[in-house]
Amino acid sequence: MGSPAVTETMVETRRLKKYFSTPKGPLHAVDDVNIFIAKGETLGLVGESGCGKSTLGRVVIRLLEATGGSVLFGDQDIVKFDKNDLRTFRKRAQMVFQDPYSSLNPRLSVEQLIAEPLRIHKVYPNERETSVRIKELMDTVGLAQRLATSFPHELDGGRRQRIGVARALALNPEFIVLDEPVSALDVCIQAQILNLLQDLKDQFQYTYLFITHDLSVVRHISNRIAVMYLGKVIELAHHLEIFENPQHPYTQALLSAIPIPKLDIVRKDRIILEGDVPSPVNPPAGCRFYGRCPSRQADCLEETPELVEIGPNHFLACCHPGAITAQKQPAQ
Amino acid sequence: MVLLRKNSNLYLTLVRLRRNRLAVLGLWIMLILLLTAVFAPLLAPYHYATQNLVDAFEPPSWAHPLGTDDFGRDILSRIIYGAQVSLQVGVFAVSLAMLSGGVLGAIAGYYGGHLDDVIMRFMDVLFAIPQILLAITIAAALGPGLMNLTIAVGIAALPTFARIVRGAVLSIVGQEYIEAARCMGASDAWIIAKHILPNCSAPIIVQGTLRVAQAILAAAALSFLGLGIQPPFPEWGGMLAGSRGYLRDYAYMAVFPGLAIMITIMALNFLGDGLRDAMDPKLKR
Repeated sequence: MGSPAVTETMVETRRLKKYFSTPKGPLHAVDDVNIFIAKGETLGLVGESGCGKSTLGRVVIRLLEATGGSVLFGDQDIVKFDKNDLRTFRKRAQMVFQDPYSSLNPRLSVEQLIAEPLRIHKVYPNERETSVRIKELMDTVGLAQRLATSFPHELDGGRRQRIGVARALALNPEFIVLDEPVSALDVCIQAQILNLLQDLKDQFQYTYLFITHDLSVVRHISNRIAVMYLGKVIELAHHLEIFENPQHPYTQALLSAIPIPKLDIVRKDRIILEGDVPSPVNPPAGCRFYGRCPSRQADCLEETPELVEIGPNHFLACCHPGAITAQKQPAQ
Repeated sequence: MVLLRKNSNLYLTLVRLRRNRLAVLGLWIMLILLLTAVFAPLLAPYHYATQNLVDAFEPPSWAHPLGTDDFGRDILSRIIYGAQVSLQVGVFAVSLAMLSGGVLGAIAGYYGGHLDDVIMRFMDVLFAIPQILLAITIAAALGPGLMNLTIAVGIAALPTFARIVRGAVLSIVGQEYIEAARCMGASDAWIIAKHILPNCSAPIIVQGTLRVAQAILAAAALSFLGLGIQPPFPEWGGMLAGSRGYLRDYAYMAVFPGLAIMITIMALNFLGDGLRDAMDPKLKR
């Protein structure tokens, strides 16, 4: 894939596959995904529940083992890492989990939770330096020092997620996978955490893979957006390009579903998809979206469309793109 | 004290345990029993083996509060010394079962797959044999004695612990904070020691308390059958066996050791039930 020459690539996946074996056959959670994330950018990964976006995020930092393909981190393939390589890699790539209620051990206090990555990697030789670092991290993520000895069950969701962020930052990683970091939080806390993540990125130049199903969230935080459907990335472009010039019928349908916050209008351009997402176990041949696509044509079933560059930095996997773009006329 | 901080789990457990009167009663009885066992030589009015054939078959009196047995030995003194054996067998057998069964169960639950199958099927085999029969077989094979009795009772209780620990580990392994720890680069040993075991200690402690009662009962049963502690050292089950022949004329010889067994087991069951309720997170506050 023609990555932009000006920026360095942080993470790149090549024909990455992750199948889960089920009694009915292999479940294609991630199938032949080719994406790259440039150093210092935020790649938003959107898709509906079960499309494989969280699986992709976990395979990229090797919380799950890939079935095939490779994940390049810098110039190393992390799929081939042995135990020692992996331990070093863990310091460079971290993850913030979706649910701050279940991703924190209920028996550990805030300081113990934040200290855990530091202790696992024996970053500091003594407790004193560790506790200095814990205080610093708590300041960084906006947790009051008085909470240091509290337990997670005494804190609200926003504060818990700040702990999760502090844990991810503790080892000074370069790359952070954010797996729906705000979807378990209520709306006003969502904004706080998103601002925090944005500020941290500006301050420390992190590279983010931001996984979400919430389009309004991804619009504000991402540089580029990848849309996933049934284990495949079907469109990948600059965030404004995706919102203003979506080419894949699925992306168009997805964007048309964003509610407009006005009472007296009804979206006329709403594209209603018919049918359900097919099962990712033994998915249909050809285009995965065929069964629900409003602009499908007979030859769509002949081969699986590959992700190709159709415009500057705009990648698309569709045989007949742009067929229904004419309908996109925002109702006033 | 980090452990006894106001909102720590241990503190909350103790607060909840204190509200349960039966559990508190059970705790006191066990404390008294423990002190009795430790200070038996000081507390017992007579030596456990001192025979006094002139005073044989004495009913309870001031000189012998619980009477004397067929050799004129003081029953109170024998019950006090017997507490040593019962508690030792109970605690050590359960510790043995908890440790070995716990390790096997934790391995089975954590690694899963074929290892899990092999370990748990072996446990099923042990389960299929009635526990008392299993204990009898082992005790008979090893020969009598405190050590062998403990081993026999411990092995009989092992599969229960393997199963409980495996279940508890399985429920924790799926939690997201285990994945989070792995993501940070934690080793398996770190995850098991820092995350899994502390979070599945509640069912293990509860089961441990309840199993001590069963172990004491099993030890008494084995001694009753002559497979446990050998005379003249007193064991409550052995004392019951000795009084068997005189049940019609000198019932108190059987009643008092029987009461000792009953009270101990009752106390442990109260305590275990209380701990189970106190550690149940659904009943928090």
